[in-house]
Amino acid sequence: MSHTAVELLFWDGCPSHPEALDQLDRILREEGVRTSVELVEVTSDEQAQRERFPGSPTIRINGQDVIPPGDTEPFSLTCRVYRSRDGRVTPVPDPEDLREAVRRAR
Amino acid sequence: MIAIGDTAPEFDLSDTDGEPAPFETPAVVIFTCNHCPYALAWHDRLMDVARDYRDVYFYAINPNDDERYPADSFEAMRERVRRDEGWPMPYLRDGTQEVARAYGAKTTPDVFVLDSNEVLRYRGAPDADYNDPTLNAIWLREALDAMLAGEEVARPETEPVGCSVKWK
Repeated sequence: MSHTAVELLFWDGCPSHPEALDQLDRILREEGVRTSVELVEVTSDEQAQRERFPGSPTIRINGQDVIPPGDTEPFSLTCRVYRSRDGRVTPVPDPEDLREAVRRAR
Repeated sequence: MIAIGDTAPEFDLSDTDGEPAPFETPAVVIFTCNHCPYALAWHDRLMDVARDYRDVYFYAINPNDDERYPADSFEAMRERVRRDEGWPMPYLRDGTQEVARAYGAKTTPDVFVLDSNEVLRYRGAPDADYNDPTLNAIWLREALDAMLAGEEVARPETEPVGCSVKWK
């Protein structure tokens, strides 16, 4: 995975990206993936459209969203809604979903 | 913006049926919304508090700009309450954002507890972790218990955690 690109896109109006980054760093480390996470700050609705940013945080590995958004999900400066594996609403991806995405990309 | 010990501003907003919700105290005023994952994560805990404290008035207020965030429109609020088969508190639209500004709301959720003299006794988060339902909105419950017992609130202020209020 030495050439794998891992991006975390975030909007500063949502407080969840530090937690998402901590989680992502931990899982990459636990999975033995040596790569740095590129942080991309999204600051305008225009940029959100351009980056196809469905909300903060959005994590992409090799350009693929780890939790692909629905077809009708708009691109805007907002906090993204995820679901944990037990069905609860959460502002960050479920760690096990993230781990699976990392393993798929190896 | 109000601080602990200040008299809270009264408000005159309508609920999702278009009915006015008279301002009464003691009260819990919750700034919340439809689209924020933090507000959604704490939602059930806050509804449970409203069901448990029948002698306190509860108000949920959505102040977000609904042009940029249509999920927070009045119609979407009404649909959400209908889908939930009613809430134990009125869900009010602050379309001018005047109430949110007067209270100094920062996030959704942001919780304010007012005593029977309309004085602010607690402001902040429902509890320490959106991701732990077992916390059961304990900071809010402790504030209510102290206030209703005529005691000082031991932890009168915590940092609200959530999505920023979407100002116009």
